[in-house]
Amino acid sequence: MNIVVCVKYVPDAQADRTFNDSDSTVDRDAVDGLLSELDEYAVEEALKIVEAQGEGEVTVVTVGPAAAADAIKKALQMGAHRGVHVEDEAIHGSDAVATSLVLAEAVTKTTDGSPELVLTGMSSTDGDMGVVPAMLAERLGLPQVTYASELSLGDGTVTIRRDGDVASETVEGSLPALVSVTDQINEPRYPSFKGIMAAKKKPVDTWSLADLGVDASQVGLDAAWTEVLSFAKRPPRTQGELVTDEGDGGTKLAEFLAARKFL
Amino acid sequence: MAEVLVLVDHAGGRLRKATAELLTAARRLGEPSAVHIGPGSEKAQVTLAKYGAHKVYVVEADDAGSFLVAPQAEVLAALVARTSPAAVLVPSNAAGKEIAARLAVKTSSGLITDAVDVQRGEHGIETTQSVFAGSYTVTARVSHGTSIICLKPNSVAIEAAPEAGTVEQVDVTISDAAKAARITDSQPKKSTGRPELTEAAIVVSGGRGTGGDFGPVESFADSLGAAVGASRAAVDAGWYPHSSQIGQTGKQVSPQLYVAAGISGAIQHRAGMQTSKTIVAVNKDEEAPIFELVDFGVVGDLFSVLPQAADEVKKRKG
Repeated sequence: MNIVVCVKYVPDAQADRTFNDSDSTVDRDAVDGLLSELDEYAVEEALKIVEAQGEGEVTVVTVGPAAAADAIKKALQMGAHRGVHVEDEAIHGSDAVATSLVLAEAVTKTTDGSPELVLTGMSSTDGDMGVVPAMLAERLGLPQVTYASELSLGDGTVTIRRDGDVASETVEGSLPALVSVTDQINEPRYPSFKGIMAAKKKPVDTWSLADLGVDASQVGLDAAWTEVLSFAKRPPRTQGELVTDEGDGGTKLAEFLAARKFL
Repeated sequence: MAEVLVLVDHAGGRLRKATAELLTAARRLGEPSAVHIGPGSEKAQVTLAKYGAHKVYVVEADDAGSFLVAPQAEVLAALVARTSPAAVLVPSNAAGKEIAARLAVKTSSGLITDAVDVQRGEHGIETTQSVFAGSYTVTARVSHGTSIICLKPNSVAIEAAPEAGTVEQVDVTISDAAKAARITDSQPKKSTGRPELTEAAIVVSGGRGTGGDFGPVESFADSLGAAVGASRAAVDAGWYPHSSQIGQTGKQVSPQLYVAAGISGAIQHRAGMQTSKTIVAVNKDEEAPIFELVDFGVVGDLFSVLPQAADEVKKRKG
């Protein structure tokens, strides 16, 4: 089975992320970027499936600026076979709706219109919306089998366990399908030295909007259907009172809660 | 006045708290019309009316609950086409956001997720979000189509404001395409008798420092009537289920009070609780990053501090 994994290059969540004053978009230059941690689980799952089946290839697709090539590189180092990088200045400032449009076109083009299985992470670690997988399913007309903490392939079907707030569901979709995975599904491998060296020779296609037949007017900041009105750094919380337990720590805690009317 | 569609969040025959919050918020934007998909609408109607629903669109679609997300999106899209609402409000949980996502594509609208506030402002319907692990506050608006907004639980103080709640039966045929992902089994979460994590006013969480024994955390939580959460370390160690995980890849909560016990406070965790109104921590290590966030902190062993605190709380509560 050939699998397409959609991944994102994001600012490091451990660093101080910020916005551009000029256009209120995420400042992707200010901090180092990397393959979104949640996407590693999707890459790993794709690799496991292909390894278990003994055939098939994993293609990693990303939409992003030049530096996003690093996200593809990491996935190739883990073992993915080829990459697709959609890069076009016009895409800067795109909202989720436009991003899903470009991704859907890239998935269609790279699979000649016949995807077998499309995998994604559960959400990015920067936008944190968790909406692009559902939008991809909508656009590609594929069963949406999302938030998988467990996954198994059957005869022409994919079955997952999806853990929600109130219940744990078993969801089944026929293949081809769009599947998103959570960080509970597996443990992503670290690239081996062999994998790192092999990645250098793996093919990566770079496509522009024109290659996908997407008009610039459909994407980018001006085409976005949401608008940031303002952004402000929250004043950092200042440390309140700190006490050391000398046999009375619990009592002092209860006193604090009482004073703040939590009892 | 503009109509605002509110997707009714219900499970197991009961309305979830988010529904009353969404209706309260919707009243700021226009006239709320609740959209109830699936069985149970008769029971729900009274409550929906109580919280401000002028209308209740009842879509029986009995099989809608057997398929993941897509049928609800289809129903809402049909109603958007019929009613041209100013906004559609949906709970900001996994399913809600996915329904909103598909609805946005179907209706060529923008969508905003994880809003912690929504108001009518000078730019129309404006939302507030807390982003980048709670380090930035963003205001935004939808600039095209219908404002599709996902509102986080605990963002709006519920207020009753009774309206007619007139029921209108709506027939929507769910397409085959929307039935492509079938929910073949559903295991309800075992009831602990504690509030649900995203709905709770108080959350007490345990981390690596518990060493796997959540007893003190649970007893302290119970003394306060709180929900119990867990750090990623605790979940990865198998001490508590993932459904209780607070953090970037778990739940993000914003309760009135958050107590972190034996949790160091890495950014992965902070992303899940940083906007709580009051934060308290108990940790043996006075250098733990969590202490930078607290309104009150105890440097000490949670195995001594929490039981003592629980006893004191119970005494004071009488």
